[in-house]
Amino acid sequence: MHPVFQGLLTILIGVSGCVGYFYFSNLFLDKVLFPASGPNAGRNINRANIVRPWLFLFPALAALGLYLAYPVVETLRLSLTERLPNNQSQFVGLANYKQMMAEPKFWEALKNNMLWLLVVPAMSTVFGLLAAQLSDRVKWGNIAKSIIFMPMAISFVGAAVIWKLVYDTRPVEQDQIGVLNALYLYFGGTEPNTWLTIPFWNSFFLMAVLIWIQTGFAMVILSAALRGIPEETIEAAIVDGANPFQIFFKIKVPQIMGTIVVVWTTITIVVLKVFDIVFAMTNGQWETQVLANYMYDKMFRANDWGVGSASAMIIMLLVTPILVWNVYNARKEMR
Amino acid sequence: MDGMVGKKSSLVWAVHLSLAALVLLWLFPTAGLFVSSFRTGDQIASSGWWKSMVSSEQNLTLRSAAPTEQQEVDGKFVIEGNLFDGREASDISVWGVSSKAIADYKPGDTAELRKGGTASVQTNGDYRLEHTEAFTGKRGTRIFVTATIAPEFTTENYKNVLFNPNNREGMAKAFMNTLTVTIPATIIPILIAAFAAYALAWMDFPGRALLIAVVVGLLVVPLQLALIPLLKFHNQIGIGKGYIGAWLAHTGFGLPLAIYLLRNYMVGLPRDIIENARVDGATEFQIFTKIILPLSFPALASFAIFQFLWTWNDLLVSLVFLIDSTGETTVMTKQIVELLGTRGGNWEILATSAFVSIAVPLIVFFAMQKYLVRGLLAGSVK
Repeated sequence: MHPVFQGLLTILIGVSGCVGYFYFSNLFLDKVLFPASGPNAGRNINRANIVRPWLFLFPALAALGLYLAYPVVETLRLSLTERLPNNQSQFVGLANYKQMMAEPKFWEALKNNMLWLLVVPAMSTVFGLLAAQLSDRVKWGNIAKSIIFMPMAISFVGAAVIWKLVYDTRPVEQDQIGVLNALYLYFGGTEPNTWLTIPFWNSFFLMAVLIWIQTGFAMVILSAALRGIPEETIEAAIVDGANPFQIFFKIKVPQIMGTIVVVWTTITIVVLKVFDIVFAMTNGQWETQVLANYMYDKMFRANDWGVGSASAMIIMLLVTPILVWNVYNARKEMR
Repeated sequence: MDGMVGKKSSLVWAVHLSLAALVLLWLFPTAGLFVSSFRTGDQIASSGWWKSMVSSEQNLTLRSAAPTEQQEVDGKFVIEGNLFDGREASDISVWGVSSKAIADYKPGDTAELRKGGTASVQTNGDYRLEHTEAFTGKRGTRIFVTATIAPEFTTENYKNVLFNPNNREGMAKAFMNTLTVTIPATIIPILIAAFAAYALAWMDFPGRALLIAVVVGLLVVPLQLALIPLLKFHNQIGIGKGYIGAWLAHTGFGLPLAIYLLRNYMVGLPRDIIENARVDGATEFQIFTKIILPLSFPALASFAIFQFLWTWNDLLVSLVFLIDSTGETTVMTKQIVELLGTRGGNWEILATSAFVSIAVPLIVFFAMQKYLVRGLLAGSVK
């Protein structure tokens, strides 16, 4: 069967399956299991209302459990076991972790990830704040916002191609077609650089891609927060003779600090999972390895599930503080 | 209010200029790829795309027709033709017959060829080679010209990448595959999430707060953890690698955000409407389908756009759950990564393929930006 028809069929089955499930399960509950008539009508209505939420929740909970919660546990188990030939596995304790720690590539990935964590959220937030503040003050601000926000729609792979053209290198006697080398030579550089092969600095050229993508996100959120600042506080500051910079840094920024933290942590999560950009641009060569790509290498190239799972657990470990903080905040809000 | 702050005209200018600089910086990389996708491989390789907008003076190496074309006229062997055969005519300012001296002659001059004979070239590219003996060799004589070339663009790349059935690296199949992955993976989680979100927003039951906390927690769980366990699971239940696995995975990974967004939105719906409907004897199922679902349209649209962009742009899930060794089910992102490896220098192919995959999300983005922004705000500020 042609995949397109398979796709259409799946939509049909999926949608009608869902609707059918919800409709008939509710019907079953109300008419057969606990009918709202007869001698126990009152009690039955109450009982039905106790069961009903779980009918509504069941498909979602099943999918969440199977596709997100169970894998966390299973990955933890895999990271503590060794795969044996005949589909068996053997408990090996922390051996996978030890093996991973002994690999220089792992430390390179961890170091690079830390670098990404320091640079990308900070730069994205700063650029986003700048763009939000500036675009709120000019008439063509909405167009400016659209353009800065646009990279959000572009895939990491597409962005990788876009930026590879920016970083392209031609021999010195030819015209440069990468804008970075063209500018470098125009401003007095002598030799064109192959930017992505310069150890340490090449990580920053990869980070530029993610900053370029994430700035739009930061801008949208921070722009909304800036607009939410009560006018009186700014009026008061103007009356007191504050200059625009003081107003921005002393009045506006402190009031949107909570939002800045949210933006920062959200981008941090994106950074921890960053895979496509490195995979497509350097594939971890020239000391640009990051954890997610290291993990992919281990799992699907070296077929080493143990070490692959162990590195996935490291990513999970790094995400956990933000997870806890998010849950804490969400609960505080609900109270 | 902001007008008062920005009264100083120097500051207003600074704002305009720095924002313009920022916008240009953000637009420039994408524009480069876009423009490049309309240039030929030669053009991309010989000059930066930013020079393609204006007429530019370029040094070109062109060839005369091959010696097989020569004719004998009055005892002399002659090869005639135009150097820009088949290309846009350009103005030649200087030319030469050796790579070491490319600017020795003006149009109309006659040059001595190294192998004997003479050559003359006119401004419009007409040339005439003459020799008393027959020209030999397989290929034509090289002539080096400096010419002013008018901007020239072509849609040939797109024809080749999208509509050439013989092009094995074409994007047509990958485009359909991406679409096949994306549409079900966008629609199915919406429905499942909407019911769950309603229960979490408007039904009272023990453990509700805990479940919401779990959803918030699952929002940030890296999907990297799910790869091996789920691939094992898919193999065990017999669906292996394929569309079904990809749809299921995308559904699972999209659910936390879907539930979270929709719940946040549904909680904000007016309580009166729901209470009144309950008093009037509507069942929960009726309330949901007749009242909640229509009212939640903006939130549903927000999530649909997120999920669409995410599944369309995804690489990792497709790599792991979809693409098998036959490569029949390859998606566009994977195809581009492969092209980066095999065709790293052929920018006309890379740029065009990348733009084919970027175009659809960009259209969706600009058409539905309002919902996207709304969704982002609901998803993170709370």
